[in-house]
Amino acid sequence: MNVLYDAILKMTWLSDGIAWILTQFGLQMDQPLVISLHYFIYDTIKIFILLSVLIYTISYIQSYFPPERTRKILGRFNGFFARILAALLGTITPFCSCSSIPLFIGFTKAGLNVGVTFSFLISSPLVDLASVFLLMSVFNPKVAIAYVSVGLLLAVIGGTLISWLKMERYVEPFVLKGGVTELEEEKMTHKDRHNFSKDQVMDIVRKVWIYILVGVLIGALIHDWIPASWIQAVLGEDKWYSVPLAVLVGVPMYADIFGTLPIAEALVSQGVGLGTVLAFMMAVTTLSLPSIILLKKVVKKELLILFVVYCTIGIMIIGYVFNAIQGILI
Amino acid sequence: MIIKILGSGCPNCLRLEENTRTALKNLGIEAEIIKVKDYNEISQYGIMRTPGVVIDEKVVSYGKVLNVQEVMALLNKPGHIRL
Repeated sequence: MNVLYDAILKMTWLSDGIAWILTQFGLQMDQPLVISLHYFIYDTIKIFILLSVLIYTISYIQSYFPPERTRKILGRFNGFFARILAALLGTITPFCSCSSIPLFIGFTKAGLNVGVTFSFLISSPLVDLASVFLLMSVFNPKVAIAYVSVGLLLAVIGGTLISWLKMERYVEPFVLKGGVTELEEEKMTHKDRHNFSKDQVMDIVRKVWIYILVGVLIGALIHDWIPASWIQAVLGEDKWYSVPLAVLVGVPMYADIFGTLPIAEALVSQGVGLGTVLAFMMAVTTLSLPSIILLKKVVKKELLILFVVYCTIGIMIIGYVFNAIQGILI
Repeated sequence: MIIKILGSGCPNCLRLEENTRTALKNLGIEAEIIKVKDYNEISQYGIMRTPGVVIDEKVVSYGKVLNVQEVMALLNKPGHIRL
């Protein structure tokens, strides 16, 4: 099992192979600059391979769950169970961030409770199926499972809170007006699903490659060039303010989870708490200035503020909990 | 013929618009292209995934950046939905 894990998710063969090639060019693997070069090449290639394989596989599964179907499934349920289901479906329903508003409108118009829709909207960027496998690769399966569990929990509790406080009052009136136009659903053949998955891979690679390069570069800098003592002075496990700091830096940032992972890995290797790093990743993916500005078009500021404050506090709590139980996970 | 491109103006919508223009030119069809960026108006067509294409008030595609060939197929065969 471990051999398979090392070969597929850690790609130790790739690391060895690149080291071998670098030494063929007469580079010494004990030079700091060569170590960084090796890390940069290895991490970039590893993430791109994982990304492509994962996105393809996951898109294939996702092609069975378009938002139109998710909406139909969710419409059959109520209350707490509906929110759990929404959080779960959020992990497999495909949609790009620019579709989140039409999706919000589409769900709400169909009569879905705002709490259910928010459970979906929180879990969808946060607990992406691809990110689960990447967390397994970068950290280990235990961390991945813990991340998914708290991510889903955050989504379900958030939806519940919004529903209890009757926040549907604060949805812009035009969203509630009018009924649903059911569009005809096209039957997809296996070839269609293959094409869809292939398109998704190309689309996502085109969108995130720059984040990955920048992420790996920053990761390499943190890994080998910035003294660990500096990083620990600001973000060390013993600093109570490291978690809020990580969240506040992460919230306005707009990046992809794939770009933040190499930074996360480097930070943990330099002695930053796992909770601090995960809180940063969650803040970056769940909340970003562009998504908040978009959301402002469909909900009033009361609901928007509740959403942002809830996510910020929730993510901070998760950060502290993970820092406390880090010993069990890594 | 009036073609509406539904979408907030993200890169996907712009690529789709470009492909649509090329397809129209290839087929030698004259059509007016209207970009619909208002979410209220977009939602009235019932789509939940952008970009969408509406030909003469009928939704013919959504959630996909059609390539030039696919747009040409749509223009030749109106009423057919492509996901």
